[in-house]
Amino acid sequence: MSADAATHDDHTPSMWDWRRWVLSTNHKDIGTMYLVFAIFAGIIGGALSGMMRLELMEPGLQFFTGDETFWGSVFGNEHNYNVATTMHGLIMIFFMVMPAMIGGFGNWFVPLMIGAPDMAFPRMNNISFWLLPASFVLALMSMFVPGAGGDMGFGGGWVLYPPLATSGHNGPAMDLLILSLHIAGISSILGAINFITTIFNMRAPGMTLHKMPLFVWSVLVTVFLLLLSMPVLAGALTMLLTDRNFGTAFFDPAGGGDPVMYQHLFWFFGHPEVYILILPGFGIISHIVSTFSKKPVFGYLGMAYAMVAIGFIGFIVWAHHMYTVGMPVDLKAYFIAATMVIAVPTGIKIFSWIATMWGGSIEFRTPMMWAIGFIFLFTVGGVTGVVLANAGVDQSLHDTYYVVAHFHYVLSLGAVFAIFAGWYYWFEKIFGVKYNSILARLQFLFFFVGANVIFFPQHFLGLQGMPRRYVDYPDGFAFWNEISTYGYFIMLVGMVLFFLVLIDAMIRRRKADANPWGEGATTLEWTLSSPPPFHQFNELPKIK
Amino acid sequence: MPDLYGEAMRFLTALALIWTTAAAGALAATGQPIDGALGFQPAVTPIMERVNDFHNILLWIIIPITLFVMGLLLWVMIRYNRKANPNPSKNSHNTLLEVVWTAVPVLILVVISVFSFPLLYFQDEIPEADFTIKATGYQWYWGYEYPDHEVDEYVSNMIADEDLEEGQLRNLSVDLPVVVPVGATVRLQVTAADVIHNWAMPAFGTKMDAIPGRINEAWFRVDEAGTYYGQCSELCGIRHAFMPIEVHAVPRDVFDAWIAAKAEDPYSDAANAIIAEYSAARDTRLAQLD
Repeated sequence: MSADAATHDDHTPSMWDWRRWVLSTNHKDIGTMYLVFAIFAGIIGGALSGMMRLELMEPGLQFFTGDETFWGSVFGNEHNYNVATTMHGLIMIFFMVMPAMIGGFGNWFVPLMIGAPDMAFPRMNNISFWLLPASFVLALMSMFVPGAGGDMGFGGGWVLYPPLATSGHNGPAMDLLILSLHIAGISSILGAINFITTIFNMRAPGMTLHKMPLFVWSVLVTVFLLLLSMPVLAGALTMLLTDRNFGTAFFDPAGGGDPVMYQHLFWFFGHPEVYILILPGFGIISHIVSTFSKKPVFGYLGMAYAMVAIGFIGFIVWAHHMYTVGMPVDLKAYFIAATMVIAVPTGIKIFSWIATMWGGSIEFRTPMMWAIGFIFLFTVGGVTGVVLANAGVDQSLHDTYYVVAHFHYVLSLGAVFAIFAGWYYWFEKIFGVKYNSILARLQFLFFFVGANVIFFPQHFLGLQGMPRRYVDYPDGFAFWNEISTYGYFIMLVGMVLFFLVLIDAMIRRRKADANPWGEGATTLEWTLSSPPPFHQFNELPKIK
Repeated sequence: MPDLYGEAMRFLTALALIWTTAAAGALAATGQPIDGALGFQPAVTPIMERVNDFHNILLWIIIPITLFVMGLLLWVMIRYNRKANPNPSKNSHNTLLEVVWTAVPVLILVVISVFSFPLLYFQDEIPEADFTIKATGYQWYWGYEYPDHEVDEYVSNMIADEDLEEGQLRNLSVDLPVVVPVGATVRLQVTAADVIHNWAMPAFGTKMDAIPGRINEAWFRVDEAGTYYGQCSELCGIRHAFMPIEVHAVPRDVFDAWIAAKAEDPYSDAANAIIAEYSAARDTRLAQLD
């Protein structure tokens, strides 16, 4: 294939030709744009969390003071703190994790792994991506237009519960946010259609569904969840929009509506959404564990169908986010049972990863360190999920920092660790240059320690009763909050190291190998050069 | 950068504090967050006692599971690294193992649900109540009514930092608290007038959304006299963090005097005086006990 690749390399447009990016129909270029976009959004989302951790370092108001001091004029007042929590959540979910995992790694490696020349609908792929910056600009704009009273931005939490999101925020900030999420939703749905078609129709000859790499399986399940859940969010958002602007009363009890109905609609989207965030990570981790143990994935079919099961059950557990809204007790009993069932396929995944390593010949290369860190931290987040599934205990823990700790263990330490694992696994493949693995391992070390110092103490705060989304707290919560903020500084060092790795790789430009990982890396992307030719698989590979 | 030695000492002090409070039966500490504490606030209602017991059972399940996974990971990292095991096996199936790690978690979940469901129904089914309190959430304060005692709504505001008096807690103390008799079963009705709030009281195990257009019910029975603090637990806008909840559990006679004064005038100074007098006497008594 090398001669073939060389001829096609000549067709690669220049890096500096704007048409290559703006008009791109190439899955690898679009994937790269998604990754760059995710990094950019991650910086903003991360900065917002820094503002929150600074404020929470000590009891009392130090930064979001809303007065004439320097910090007060930069950070704003208590409302702006709520805006920070809201936008941190929305940005990290819609503009960081999803673009990185599905848009970035999905676009790059689904076609490569199934032996396809590109995505099924390359032009649709382009619009899926370019809708996102538009959506992101609207979301950022919403922070600087009036939200509630005279205060800027929407501060009602990423869940956008009415009436706080309707009568509680009279300014246009919320309308911009609705529009932003509508556009992000369209982008996701178009992407989902593209992936489903690609995976079903464009697999290389001989690659049956049951021979498909697990990352492709994970993306397939993920995009089905997207396709089925996003329209529900779009419906709920539209109803919010008409409640706000056109006199309807879907969620207004004064007009016969019901605020709780919104919560059901939102979480019917929102719970599958959290699996959308983590499932591609499961796929990435499977490949990394297998590669560096030099063994095939243990229990391949079990792994694939565990993800299908998680995706299915993910749709029937939504109201465990709503145990305190006053649901009938039997309904709560159902949601307890259904929710706890998810622990079974998740357990299968954890144990299968360990069994993949068992008997292997493990090399602790950079991606493997992230992957092992992921497995442990996801287990911690998983078991606290089992605690929260029980409505009886959730009565005490709902809306406290225990929940914040739980979902950051599965997302900030789960999804984000999986993203970094994938990043360092595929970095050479994507960019065609090597990275400094010592710096990258140091980054892992700072992230691992930092994230644990941030989030583990939050379990204690939650058990003591500290509510979420509090700009200021009673003095009895001071100690663990201060520790938690130190953790943020540690993680910040890790973030600086991430950019040092990038800069180092950019300056030194050491030519990457086609397969840097050796015999363990068996999927099709490693049969191509690094970076792969601009168009690959002009002759489809045959799978035995 | 922080003073590391000082931090370490503060950490140790906090740990020591936790242990001593636990040892002292947490007399002075009920009803409010304790700096550096690791677990729940001490339980003062039957519901919270059961939540606490159930949570302890869960800890006995989740901590061993986490340690087990960590142990397995450490073991494979030591035993099956490249140096220790240069030739990887190609084994990728073991049906028995797969059945076991599917079935055992199912069994564990069954065990959990055996404890979980009774707790759920115990919380949710409201026993014969002695009287009702209606709490209404507003942006950003609570309003309370005692319909059975014909006490009209009075609003309960947080004490601003600059008005705090000796013994009052920042962000927790309010001007007009809820008062209940020790040992009485109280039906709590919760609703809201503007946006969603949540009436939460950690020491009681009570947390109920206050939603415009509906009335939610919960119940509690406080078995220990004392002052208990909670906070709004559903994001409700700019002053979400500043609409706390304060409940005084007092002997029946004190409650009767208080409620009689309240029925006359929900903002009666006499009612406040009764509670203040009782609290002062109680503090003195507790001080003598120490």
